[in-house]
Amino acid sequence: MKNLYRALFLLLTASCSLLTAYGQLAVKGETVWTMAGDPIANGVVLINNGKIEAVGSQTSIQIPANYRVITAKVVTPGLIDAHSVIGLNGYLNQPHDQMALEGSGPIQPELRAIDAYNADEKLVEWVRQFGITTIHTGHQPSALVSGQTMIAKTIGKDVDEATIVPTAMIAVTLGQDSLAGQGKSPGTRGKEAAMLRAELIKAQENSKKADPPKDLRSDIMIKVIKREIPLLITANKSQDIMTALRLAKEFNLKIVLDGVSEAQLVMNEIKASGFPVIVHPTMARANGDTESLSMEDAAKLKAAGIPTALQSGYEGYVPKTRVVLFEAAMAATNGLSQRDALALITIDAAKILGLETRIGSLEKGKDADIAMYDGDPFEWTSHCTGTIINGQVVSDVVR
Amino acid sequence: MKKLLFSISALILFACAVSGQDRPTAFVNARIIPIVGQPIEQGVLLVQKGKILAVGDATTVKVPADAVVIDAKGKVIMPGIVDSHSHILEPAGGDGSGPIQPDVRVLDSLNVQSSSLQRAQAGGITTVNVMPGSGHLDSGQTMYLKLRDGATKIDDLMIYDKDGKYMGGIKFANGTNSIRAGGGNFPGTRAKSAALVRDQFIKAQEYRDKIKKAAGDATKMPPRDLAMEALVEVLDGKRVIHWHTHRHDDILTVLRLQKEFGFRVVLHHVSEAWRVADEIAKAKVMCSIIFIDSPGGKLETTDIKFENGAALEKAGVVTGFHTDDPITDSRWLLRSAGIAVRAGMSREKALYALTMANAMILDLGDRVGSLEKGKDADLVVLSGDPLSVYTHVLETWVEGKKVFDRSDPKDHLVAVGGYGASNDRYVDDDEEDKDEGGN
Repeated sequence: MKNLYRALFLLLTASCSLLTAYGQLAVKGETVWTMAGDPIANGVVLINNGKIEAVGSQTSIQIPANYRVITAKVVTPGLIDAHSVIGLNGYLNQPHDQMALEGSGPIQPELRAIDAYNADEKLVEWVRQFGITTIHTGHQPSALVSGQTMIAKTIGKDVDEATIVPTAMIAVTLGQDSLAGQGKSPGTRGKEAAMLRAELIKAQENSKKADPPKDLRSDIMIKVIKREIPLLITANKSQDIMTALRLAKEFNLKIVLDGVSEAQLVMNEIKASGFPVIVHPTMARANGDTESLSMEDAAKLKAAGIPTALQSGYEGYVPKTRVVLFEAAMAATNGLSQRDALALITIDAAKILGLETRIGSLEKGKDADIAMYDGDPFEWTSHCTGTIINGQVVSDVVR
Repeated sequence: MKKLLFSISALILFACAVSGQDRPTAFVNARIIPIVGQPIEQGVLLVQKGKILAVGDATTVKVPADAVVIDAKGKVIMPGIVDSHSHILEPAGGDGSGPIQPDVRVLDSLNVQSSSLQRAQAGGITTVNVMPGSGHLDSGQTMYLKLRDGATKIDDLMIYDKDGKYMGGIKFANGTNSIRAGGGNFPGTRAKSAALVRDQFIKAQEYRDKIKKAAGDATKMPPRDLAMEALVEVLDGKRVIHWHTHRHDDILTVLRLQKEFGFRVVLHHVSEAWRVADEIAKAKVMCSIIFIDSPGGKLETTDIKFENGAALEKAGVVTGFHTDDPITDSRWLLRSAGIAVRAGMSREKALYALTMANAMILDLGDRVGSLEKGKDADLVVLSGDPLSVYTHVLETWVEGKKVFDRSDPKDHLVAVGGYGASNDRYVDDDEEDKDEGGN
């Protein structure tokens, strides 16, 4: 009998602590960057049941007595990395944890990111500790069509718990990085475009059939032609950017431009296309197709009025991933205001990923994803003091 | 007549330019961080003929009447940054013929026209150790260089010791980079790696003994052997080993070999320094560490930590920072200090690591690494605090000459990147303005 009571008691405490974990939180900050208006001095974010319940100044919002209060110097929306490969690629960099590139063929849009994503990957935990709560990740930019991308929260014991968009985009790469080996196609830029066009024409034809062929590749390409899924086209050289725009026009595609190291040369054309950009990491290495990248590219794209987000990108060696917070910091010191730099990894990224009603800013009804810092988040000497995802404190490491 | 007048005026102009070069330059009103000694508010830094004449505040340092005065109000001046481990200028060391190639010099491979030189200047780097890679147990001899402007040949960048010999160390590596499974005479295991190195040092000891026994008698000298000559320099302490090592067990292997052969060694990368910091301190060797933005990327760096700087400081190890350019870019070596402080290192030791510690690692502690009277006039003018992300390197000066100026559009392009920034820059494309007050 005693044991039964004890068990009941334990069960009750457990469910209570679980409730607290998922339940009601108040996050106070000397500065709260809502990214939906001006930053709030001495602000507070109320969280209830995984969602944001209220945001405002501490004088205007009463914190209910039963809410757990967390205090930070600076509070921002959970950060969004608009393009990564982590989870598919792991930190060991050994064949068994590198799943972002399938080498058997140049065009494989049927490869799903969710079938490869490891929610328990150490790099996912690493970026979470810097306040990154959402990643757009998937197949890497090293094949003409390397596969699908997905959007995940940086939590979850498995892919299902982490995923918020199972198929976000199809990763396409133009230029040197998707050239196949000698004697194989594509071997030139011209061939890359020809192969893509052939694939898109096939999809166009299939989409018009009453009974299209039951085929994984055809299924996904029809969605591309129907503008249900955008192509994420990595194009760094100006000629590759122009090819991307030409293909988008020919097939009336929805695309997101990625990388764009030479955007400076074709800024008007990008602007006129209306397509958004996920710009290269600010500190990316300048070599090969990216040899002309500038740390001021994000600022120039922003100044041109082009919707822009920032990425950690793909890394083949050391570091195995960049931290998009640091990349935004470098953008903030190379032509962007603090606010615009923060937008690259919050609300502007959410818009490009089509998730602006759910994440990217601190507003009532949105997911309670929050990053906390002990100073200016961009300063090298500041720390991320905590990360909240869906109203849960998922990291309290001081990093 | 007109021609004569022109010649005379040209001559006068020339004479002025020459005397301008001999005039002292005074940086005034800056916050000066001399590294050795306390920061000076409203400081004065006086340089002439490539050397530092005086450092202090306005009450202690008088600006000579003929000095070229540079008002650096609101700016911060610190010593030129030293990078103790870099691969700029396209260095190439040993080839695939064997794991130990002490005879090979990066000297014979360097391209002084490489755009990487300007990138390093843009990062405030004035002195650099250019190394061959880590794919060998010993990939060859390194070079210590000054990033002077206008070099047409590697000799223009060399640093000479008191005997008139150009300076450099030698690169060693252990761990997986130098292990090549099925790689002919390359090692396949860690123990074999150590055995191969020991074997060579024993041979070098024997070679040195033969030279000693010959006692200057040319007929009794052993035949010249470039590899042995370099290793004898190592045994004699004339050439420092810069040893690439990551894992704690590999670090201890280096210390074990050091004890056996008594060479001078600096540990490089030292990714697991936090595990064996006390052992490193006990061996009294210096470390040159790197900060990378995430752990992993290779098996030996899965446990690398931002906290390495703090751990080594706590243990009392002299610690420098390096770029390993292109692993991290020369333009943001300064950032390493910010990251080190983020992870618990003191501000003073982090700035020391960028400058004085790196100078000591290269045996240049008496010439560079701090702003002190008599040292080379290598300095960086910053827009603000060196640890802040918002701070830019505004100017870099080497031996009293401005080699980087962010306000110059060409230099700005190098600093931030962009179309044409990666092109090699030829000397005639970078004519120095002779009236800049430098000398």
